[in-house]
Amino acid sequence: MKIALFATCIVDAMYPRTAQATVAILERLGHEVVFPAGQACCGQMHVNSGYFKEARTVVANHVEAFDTDDYDVAVAPSGSCVASVKHQHELVARRCGDTALEARAAVVGAKTYELSQLLTDVLGVTNAAEQLGSHFPHKVTYHPSCHGMRLLRLEDRQLNLLASVGGIEMVELPEADQCCGFGGTFSMKNADVSSAMMEDKAANICGTGAELCSGGDASCLMHIGGGLSRQGSEVGTLHFAEILASTLENPVTVTGEVKLAGSKR
Amino acid sequence: MSSNTFLGMPSLPVFGHGNLNATEAFPKAAHRELGNEQLRANLGHATHTIRDKRLKVVAELPDWEDMRNAGAAIKDATMANLPALLEQFEENFTARGGIIHWARDAQEANEIVTALIRETGETEVVKVKSMATQEIGLNEYLEEQGIAAYETDLAELIVQLDHDKPSHILVPAIHKNRSQVRDIFLREMPVVDPLLTDEPAKLAEAARRHLRKKFLSAKVAVSGANFGLADTGTLTVVESEGNGRMCLTLPETLITVMGIEKLLPTWEDLEVFMQLLPRSSTGERMNPYTSLWTGVTPGDGPQNVHLVMLDNGRTAALADEMGRTALNCIRCSACMNVCPVYERTGGHAYGSTYPGPIGAILSPLLTGIKSEENNSLPYASSLCGACFDACPVKINIPEILVHLRGEDVDSKRAKVKVPTQMDLMMKGAEWAFSGGAKLNLLERGLPLGKLAAGRDKVIKKLPGIAGGWTQSRDIPAPPSQSFRQWWAKEHKPGAAVVPGNTAEDAGNGSEGEQP
Amino acid sequence: MSAREDIMNRIKSALRDAPATPVVPREYRRTSDMTAAQRLEQLVDRLVDYKANVFLTPAGEAPARLAELLAGSASIVVPHGLPESWISGLENDGGTPAVHVDSPEHRLTTAELDAVDAVVTAAAVAVSETGTIMLDGGDDQGRRIISLVPDRHICFLNVDQIVEVLPEAIARLEASRPQTWISGPSATSDIELERVEGVHGPRTLDVVILT
Repeated sequence: MKIALFATCIVDAMYPRTAQATVAILERLGHEVVFPAGQACCGQMHVNSGYFKEARTVVANHVEAFDTDDYDVAVAPSGSCVASVKHQHELVARRCGDTALEARAAVVGAKTYELSQLLTDVLGVTNAAEQLGSHFPHKVTYHPSCHGMRLLRLEDRQLNLLASVGGIEMVELPEADQCCGFGGTFSMKNADVSSAMMEDKAANICGTGAELCSGGDASCLMHIGGGLSRQGSEVGTLHFAEILASTLENPVTVTGEVKLAGSKR
Repeated sequence: MSSNTFLGMPSLPVFGHGNLNATEAFPKAAHRELGNEQLRANLGHATHTIRDKRLKVVAELPDWEDMRNAGAAIKDATMANLPALLEQFEENFTARGGIIHWARDAQEANEIVTALIRETGETEVVKVKSMATQEIGLNEYLEEQGIAAYETDLAELIVQLDHDKPSHILVPAIHKNRSQVRDIFLREMPVVDPLLTDEPAKLAEAARRHLRKKFLSAKVAVSGANFGLADTGTLTVVESEGNGRMCLTLPETLITVMGIEKLLPTWEDLEVFMQLLPRSSTGERMNPYTSLWTGVTPGDGPQNVHLVMLDNGRTAALADEMGRTALNCIRCSACMNVCPVYERTGGHAYGSTYPGPIGAILSPLLTGIKSEENNSLPYASSLCGACFDACPVKINIPEILVHLRGEDVDSKRAKVKVPTQMDLMMKGAEWAFSGGAKLNLLERGLPLGKLAAGRDKVIKKLPGIAGGWTQSRDIPAPPSQSFRQWWAKEHKPGAAVVPGNTAEDAGNGSEGEQP
Repeated sequence: MSAREDIMNRIKSALRDAPATPVVPREYRRTSDMTAAQRLEQLVDRLVDYKANVFLTPAGEAPARLAELLAGSASIVVPHGLPESWISGLENDGGTPAVHVDSPEHRLTTAELDAVDAVVTAAAVAVSETGTIMLDGGDDQGRRIISLVPDRHICFLNVDQIVEVLPEAIARLEASRPQTWISGPSATSDIELERVEGVHGPRTLDVVILT
C-alpha cells in the first residue's frame, strides 16, 4: 500500500521523531511511505480561534497537497489534526462559500486516517510485539486526547496497541477521559483555567507511578510534558508511535524532556 | 409598552436584555473564581457526584441514542415550524381558559407580570425556579415595584437568603456546601432551630418549615415551564421537592413565563423528553414530581391562568443558521456538569444566567456577540467535546463555539484598528502554513530556538500572549532539524527503524544525557 | 403592531432560509416485551429505590391493608370517587380515623387538608421502568391539592395499570386532564447533588399494589 504521511506542523517542526517513528512502523509492515512536499498544517488553530478567512488559505494548501491519486491512504500521527481534516475542512470551505474546495476537502478527508485507525482497521495490526517487533520495557500510562476520543471515536485503539508492546507495563490513568486543558489558543487566552486543568491531569499521571505518559497528540503531550517539566517532575511524555517503533535491537532512547523517572538513580 | 416597537417589518436580529451579560471578560472572572479553593472543592465534589449518577442511569437504557436522535429531530422540527406551532399552542391553551401575553423582551415581560400581580391586589408571590424569570431579572424588578417574590426551590431559596447569585441552572447553589447552607439558614431564617445540623435531610426539613405557611396562604404564583405542547396546549413543570406542585396548585392566580422555543409539537413528544430530561439533569430515572396543566381546570388548581411568551433575543438566535440549534436546549445542565472549565470556574465566571458550555453559546446568541463582555464567552472552552456527548438533544456546542469565535473575529475585522497580537500570530501562521516551502524556510530557524532554550534545554518564558503558555508550562527546545529536512536529506526507504535515535537528533525536546 | 405580531414577524424573518423539517426517527422502545410479573417486579424495585413503601396486596384484602396502614391515624381525606370498599375496613373499625371526603359539592379548605394525617387515592397508570405513578384527576384520585398537602400519600394501584415504558403511559393518558406524575416521596438533590427524601410534598409515599 502506498501511504501518504501528513506529519502535521507541530510534529514536523518540534517532534520529528514521532513522524520518523510513523514512517518506520509503516515501512516495517512493508508499505511505501510518501511525503507530499506541499503539506504544512491542518489549520485547526485558525479555525478554533475563529480565523476562518485565514484558515481557508491553510485548508486550501492541505487539500492541494493531498488531493492526488498518487497514494492509497493518508495518515497522520494526531487525532485532532485528522479530526480537523475530516470534520473541519469542509465546514471552512462552506463558510467561505468555496464549493469547489468543499468537494475536494471531502475527498481528502475520506481517505485520511489517524495512525491507530490505520494500523488497526486497515493494516490489521492487533499485536505490536509480534507484528511490529515493538519492545519497550517501561511503566507507561496513557492519556486519550479529546478529539481522537470524541470526534474520531478511536476508543481503545491506541491503548490496545500500546498494551501489546513487548515488555511494557501499562498502568491506568484515573479520570483519563478528562481534557488535559490544552485546547490550542485556549491555553493562552484562558491560561489560568488551562493550567488548572493541566495540573489535575499532571497530578493524576504522577499518581500512577508511571515513568511516562503516552498519547496520540503531540500538542497535548507538549502541554502535559511542559507542565510536568515546570513542576520539576521526572515523568515525561512520549507519542505512542515512538513506543511502537521501539524494538529490542533499536530501543527508542528516552531522553531530555522525556527522561525516565528514576533512570539516573 | 416596550422599548422595541416597530412600525413595519422588524429588522433582524433584535437582541435580548436582562441577566444575560458577562460584565467582565471570562479570563479575568475565571482567574478570580479559580482562587476560591472552597468553591473548587464544592464544585469538584458536586459535578463528580452528578456525572457518575448520569452515566449510570443513561447506561441502563438500551435506546438512549435513539432517544437523543428523536429529541434532536423533534426540536429541529419545532424550530422549523415555530410560527404555526405557536399559533396552535395559543389556540388550545386559550380554548381552555388560559390567557396568553407576548413579550418582546425582558422589560416588557416584567411589566406584564407586574401588571397581572397588581390586578390581584397582592404584594407577595411565591415562585417556582425558572430560568426565564431569572434571565429577565423579574425578582429585582418586582422588588423595585414593591412586590416581594419568594423563591421556593431549595437551592434558589439558599441563594436568595444569602443575597447571592445562582451559579448553575439546575442547582443554583451548587457552589455552596452543606455547612455553608446551614450557616446561611441560621443567619437568615426568621424562625430556625439554633441546633440545626448540616445534614441535608435536616436542612431540607428546615426549608419545609420556613416555606410551609407561605405556600398555604399564597394567592399568586409565578413559574416557568419546561415544555409547552402545541397540539394540546399543555404546560409542564418538572421538579423534585413539591414546591412546584404547591405553586402550581394552591394559589388562585398562576403566571407562567416561558420562552417561545420551549414548545414541542405533540403530546406524544413528551414521551421522549420526559426520558431525556430527568436522566440528563439529576441523574434520576424520573424526577419526583411532574405537573401538567392545560389552561384552567374548573375546581382544580388556579382559576386565573396566564402565560407570558418571551422572545428576548430568541428570534435573534433563531436567525443564526449555524447557532440556532442552541435553542433546542432543554436546560438539563448535563453540559455544565461534565465541563472541565465549568468544574473549575463555577457559574459566576460566565456572568450570564446561563453558565457553562450552553451559556457560552446561548448568552452571546441572545444578546449579540458584540454585547459587553459576551464576546469572551465562546473562548471559554478547550473544545474537548464532553458537552456535545452529554447533550440529550445533541447540540453541537463545540461547533457553535467555533462559529461564534468566527463571528467575533469578523465583527472586529470590520473596525479599523491596530491588529491584536492574536491577529498578528494568525496572519503569520497563515503565511507559514500556506505552503510546504514556506514552513520549511521557517523551520530552518529551529536551531535558533535551541539556542534560546539555553542550558536547561527548555524555554521557560515567552513574551506577549504566548506568555500565557509559559506561566505554567515549559516549551521543549526545538530539534536541530525538522522532519521534512530529515526526509529530504536522510530518509532511506525501508530502513524500518527510528533513525537519528541519538541525543542530538531526538525530537522530543531538551536532550539530556546519553543513555 | 402588537407584541404578538412583532414576534411572529421576527420568527418568520429568522426562518428566511426555510430550514427543512426532519422526519422524527422514533426507534426508541414504544411498547413493552415484559410479562406482567416482570413489570410488577421492576416497579417495586424502582419504588423501593426511591424510598417509597410498597405493599403487594390481593384485591380482596385492600380494606384490611388500609386499616393496617392507618392504625393510629386520626383523620384522612379521600376523593369522592374512591371505591367505597377500600375504606370499608375503616368504617367497620368504629369510624376511626375520621374520613373526610373531598367532592365537587364539598371541597376541603387548604387548612383542613393540612390538618389530616394522610390522603388515599387511586392512580391512572404507572410506569415500571421509571417507577412513576400518574394521577390524572379522575374521580378516584381527586383534585391535585388533596394528594399534595397531606404529609402522607397512600396510593392504590391495580396490577393491570402497570406499563413498562413511558410511551405506553403517554398513550393511555389524556393531555388535557390536570396531571401529577409521582416518582417517590418529595426529594431534593440541591445540597451537594445528593438526593435526600422529604421536602414540601408528602414525605411518605405508600403504594399498595392490588394483585
